[in-house]
Amino acid sequence: MKPASFKYACPTSVQEAVGLLQHFGDDAKVLAGGQSLVPMMNGRLAQPDVLIDINQIAELRVLEVNGGLRIGAGVRQRTALESPDVQRVVPVIAEALRHVGHVGIRARGTVGGSIAHADPAAELPTIMLALDATMTVTGAGGQRTVPAEEFFRGVFTTAVEYDELLTGVHVAVPGPASRSAFVEVSRRRGDFALVGAAVSLELIDGAARRVRIALSGVADRPVLAHRAQEFLEGRDPHDPVVREEAGRLAAADLDPASDIHAPGSYRKKVSAVLVKRALSNAVNGE
Amino acid sequence: MSTVSENLQPVVEDEITIEVTINGSPRSGRAEPRLLLADFLRQQLGLTGTHLGCEHGVCGACTVLIDGEPVRSCLMFAIQARGADITTVEGLDDDGELHPVQQAFHAKHGLQCGFCTPGMVLTCKALLDHNPTPSEPEIRDFLSGNICRCTGYVGIVESVKEAAAAGRGVSPAAPASTTTER
Repeated sequence: MKPASFKYACPTSVQEAVGLLQHFGDDAKVLAGGQSLVPMMNGRLAQPDVLIDINQIAELRVLEVNGGLRIGAGVRQRTALESPDVQRVVPVIAEALRHVGHVGIRARGTVGGSIAHADPAAELPTIMLALDATMTVTGAGGQRTVPAEEFFRGVFTTAVEYDELLTGVHVAVPGPASRSAFVEVSRRRGDFALVGAAVSLELIDGAARRVRIALSGVADRPVLAHRAQEFLEGRDPHDPVVREEAGRLAAADLDPASDIHAPGSYRKKVSAVLVKRALSNAVNGE
Repeated sequence: MSTVSENLQPVVEDEITIEVTINGSPRSGRAEPRLLLADFLRQQLGLTGTHLGCEHGVCGACTVLIDGEPVRSCLMFAIQARGADITTVEGLDDDGELHPVQQAFHAKHGLQCGFCTPGMVLTCKALLDHNPTPSEPEIRDFLSGNICRCTGYVGIVESVKEAAAAGRGVSPAAPASTTTER
């Protein structure tokens, strides 16, 4: 359980990091908080030739509210969780962050690291999908933005090219009619979720609008429950019958894989329950 | 070290000297990039109080405080800790006098085999530094990343409560009439 040898670079700017990525190409791996990459390196499941440590890049640690919430990729999960800006502007992100590992993991783990790692069961990709967040990706040619729906491509796979760096995530400031919630089921506190559900909607005259429901742990990436979203549009989510049907529709199209933690059939069942629960929390917790 | 190009930082390939502050004192040792902080502490600096359990970030035994934050030293490379202020279990006592958290673990049977204890007491210290009056759910949540296979956690939670109370100058276990003795 010791990592294989590697070369180590510690850039202090995004430009420098991108230069290194271009130079080393696929041989390099970006080291953010290291809470997923280093376990894989210790077990030699990952043996990168070069590590590009982005922990000394100050410009990645910016968290600001300026026409939206912008979280730099290098912001620690614990910093984001305890940020008054996050708690005031988009508290559901803090709700999701509470489920990320444990305090010792969140003290090092970064918001961008979790998103770029793209574990299908992870909380941050799921909440960002539900919030229709936009990722900022920087390469030699400059910055581009990628909506969450196009960002997650599969297990541990994102739209970030080998010579690009995820530099931040942007979430629109929710209006007063916005409601949201995040719930999950895991074997133990701090474990990856068996299933997680994130809900975001607007409540206008008792009717749900702009509904987004994202699920984790049920596919190779976080997925939107399209049929449940369409069903809820214009309906009253305070009504338990409506929530029941939304949960049923959300689970209906899923075909989750089985593993040692839970069979796919269980994950499917739990998906329906969690969608109901997230909807209930979103509209009854107001 | 080698330089990729003129405007890029040098890339470290071989052993370099790592300078850190440990338990208030400057220390240095040699490390190649792949050396984990936990192994650096144990092998290069002889600080074997930091225990390695799982070596992949699950058990919490190797927790140290870096700039006051509890961190798994098996998930960080020594080279990343350059310039950091690190607290290990060796730094908790005051001239042989146990730290209040250590005293509480002793008094309330917060350990049996002791393997997880360095990580437990450091995490507990981080909790109390951050929140001197934690509720039981807060204690259990904060310590949820530290695994103990002996105690069943009851003694550990009691220890944290005791340490918190000691920090406030009261003893939760003692009858009301003796609470002023401390």
